[in-house]
Amino acid sequence: MRQFIQGIVENNHQATHLLQILRQIQSRFHYIPEEAIEQLSGLLNIPRTQIISVIEFYSFFHLTRRGRYELLISDSITDHMLGKKDLLGYLENKLAVAVGEVRSDGVVSLDNTSCTGMCDQGPAGLVNGYALTHLDHSSIDKIAALINQQKPLSEWPGELFQVDDNIHKSGLLLNQQLEQGAALKAVLMRGIKETLTEIDKSGLRGRGGAGFKTAMKWQFCSEEQQAERYVVCNADEGEPGTFKDRVLLNTYADQVFEGMTVCAAIIGAKQGFLYLRGEYLHLHDKLQNILEQRRRNGLLGTNILDAGWNFDIEICLGAGAYICGEESALIESLEGKAGIPRNRPPYPVTQGYLGKPTVVNNVETFLAAASIAVNGGDWFAHIGTEKSKGTKILSISGDCARPGIYEYPFGVTVQTILHDCGADDVLGVQVGGPSGSFISDQEFERKLAFEDLATGGSFIIFNTRRNILDMVHNFTHFFAHESCGFCTPCRVGTSLLQKQMDKIVEGHGSAGDVVALEELCQLVKNYSHCGLGQTAANPILTTLERYPDLYQSRLKEISYEPGFDLDGALETARRMANRDDAGAHLAQIEVNEHE
Amino acid sequence: MANKIRVATTSLAGCFGCHMSFLDIDERMLQLVEVVEFDRSPLTDIEHCTHCDIGLIEGGVCNSENVHVLREFRNNCKILVAVGACAINGGLPAMRNHIPLEECLNEAYLDGIGVENPQIPSDIELPLLLDQVRPIHEVVKIDYFLPGCPPSADVFWKFLTDLIEGREPSLPYELVHYD
Repeated sequence: MRQFIQGIVENNHQATHLLQILRQIQSRFHYIPEEAIEQLSGLLNIPRTQIISVIEFYSFFHLTRRGRYELLISDSITDHMLGKKDLLGYLENKLAVAVGEVRSDGVVSLDNTSCTGMCDQGPAGLVNGYALTHLDHSSIDKIAALINQQKPLSEWPGELFQVDDNIHKSGLLLNQQLEQGAALKAVLMRGIKETLTEIDKSGLRGRGGAGFKTAMKWQFCSEEQQAERYVVCNADEGEPGTFKDRVLLNTYADQVFEGMTVCAAIIGAKQGFLYLRGEYLHLHDKLQNILEQRRRNGLLGTNILDAGWNFDIEICLGAGAYICGEESALIESLEGKAGIPRNRPPYPVTQGYLGKPTVVNNVETFLAAASIAVNGGDWFAHIGTEKSKGTKILSISGDCARPGIYEYPFGVTVQTILHDCGADDVLGVQVGGPSGSFISDQEFERKLAFEDLATGGSFIIFNTRRNILDMVHNFTHFFAHESCGFCTPCRVGTSLLQKQMDKIVEGHGSAGDVVALEELCQLVKNYSHCGLGQTAANPILTTLERYPDLYQSRLKEISYEPGFDLDGALETARRMANRDDAGAHLAQIEVNEHE
Repeated sequence: MANKIRVATTSLAGCFGCHMSFLDIDERMLQLVEVVEFDRSPLTDIEHCTHCDIGLIEGGVCNSENVHVLREFRNNCKILVAVGACAINGGLPAMRNHIPLEECLNEAYLDGIGVENPQIPSDIELPLLLDQVRPIHEVVKIDYFLPGCPPSADVFWKFLTDLIEGREPSLPYELVHYD
């Protein structure tokens, strides 16, 4: 082990590489052993407690040994809609291991994980970090047999790992695959300042959801008086229901890298990072090859296109943390730390990676920027609405005939989208993922645009046979799991939301409980440190507003009932004291003796 | 006398610190008893509640007896108040929630250092422990919460005088910030 770790650290000797180092140790030993922590602490010159805090923060790192085959099943609502629960039970039986456990022979462990970005081809999962799609009984039979025979992953049939693009509708961006280097050559011809002017003219706004003007961000960064600047591509696509970046990086990666390089030329950066979510490990080698090819072709590295530009891109993998999609948490993670959002301001454009000016943009933003560099600002700006120019690439999943990727001009109505993807009998749509909002069938004329429904691209459809409360329940658990734990309103608040939601969904609620739930929502929303906590109550608030009766129908007509099994809570004590008399039991609801 | 406001108090899984803090209203107690009469309370030694206006509960719920007492208070008090950190969050006693109850009992009665005649106590007179210590609002409906460990005497005073004088109780920031 000592040698193995020594070997990794020789190639990554800085503390900023801690995540990448831990990923390799986890992958080799299936946990991070205490000796490894001690050794790393010495080699990287950081306290062991800091290493432990990083291990404990990320879902994919473990202090205790996981199975040699670590199986994680995606817990997105879309996986549930495709029968995940039943499959998980089937897996437990087949592999003889319970969820959350390691089998006694140490061969396999099984657990849930947050959405793996395969919502159009679920139920999905990960085995030792590699994506599994289209899980069903027959593929689970195969997987269980392969695991029991302890076949190396390299010998598993490829179809288990097949990930399809499922592009069903292309527009401005997806129709046109740029030739490698075309955008950079265009910048060279037109001039750097002039290219920024074109991007400004295009009206391009950040595609992650917040919609900050791209040209303005780049301008701000370039104006900072600092010698070093950085470009970061945010491919930590963790919002459940979003998977467009996976497709863009699978098929349009060259263009995304080109967009990053254009940005680097404009702001004067020499180093860029692609922060790729750990769930997209299957794309890693392919992306490395494309980077290598770009270096060979003079499009990355020193003296790009003989224009004197120096810029290179490093790929950093995440390790299972939704919060790292928040730009300042992502930068913390890039620096090898736990992904806890920073105070903003200062924004990353002034103090980002290692305190230097940094542009962080979404994958789709860089893709669009490269196309704009080639085609000019007007080409992009003539499509869309007044405040939302160009097109938006949507990830569509849930109850429809053709889930996948759809590119639309901004301003498209929900109704049009539903028609195109073959969705009938629709109850409503979750737009923008769990942190977005739920749109009922009364609102299908609404438009996707920053002026109306802003979205990062997640579009999950629910038909009338679905129960909205199941969705809210799933989303609320998701936020409680993904809260980074830094601020109390979110850390405690999301757990309380989960508890209170469980109480109502499980039928233990009474009139006061919905009022208490709403008050709690406002508290979490208004007092949390970052966007996660500020949006964690959205699934409850947006559905409570539209379907108050649905919540009321779950309530009992009594003044109060505990949300947990009171008599069950005495079970351990009863067994150990060997008692079963009347005094050893509690009624769930006590009739008021005085009325 | 008959028109006095009736107040009951109790400590469940608490340390009586909140009661001690309540007594810190000092001479204001004389003003209070002009208008208030104490029903069930450690201050009076009355064992069971009758109809009351206000019930003050210190401590969380750790065993079956706590549940019965809490229900007796809820059934008898028009307004029920969670007093202090343990009633509101479980507090210190809830630190055992991270350890399975079986391990706690084994350590205390069977395997612990210095345990003689190891056995799990078992008698119908003894209340059984819940597997988790619970805040009181998870067991009955609670109307008001007085934060603090303990809430200061001034918090008790402000809260009770507001209620007695018919105002909606509100605690100014100075009384509920702790740093």
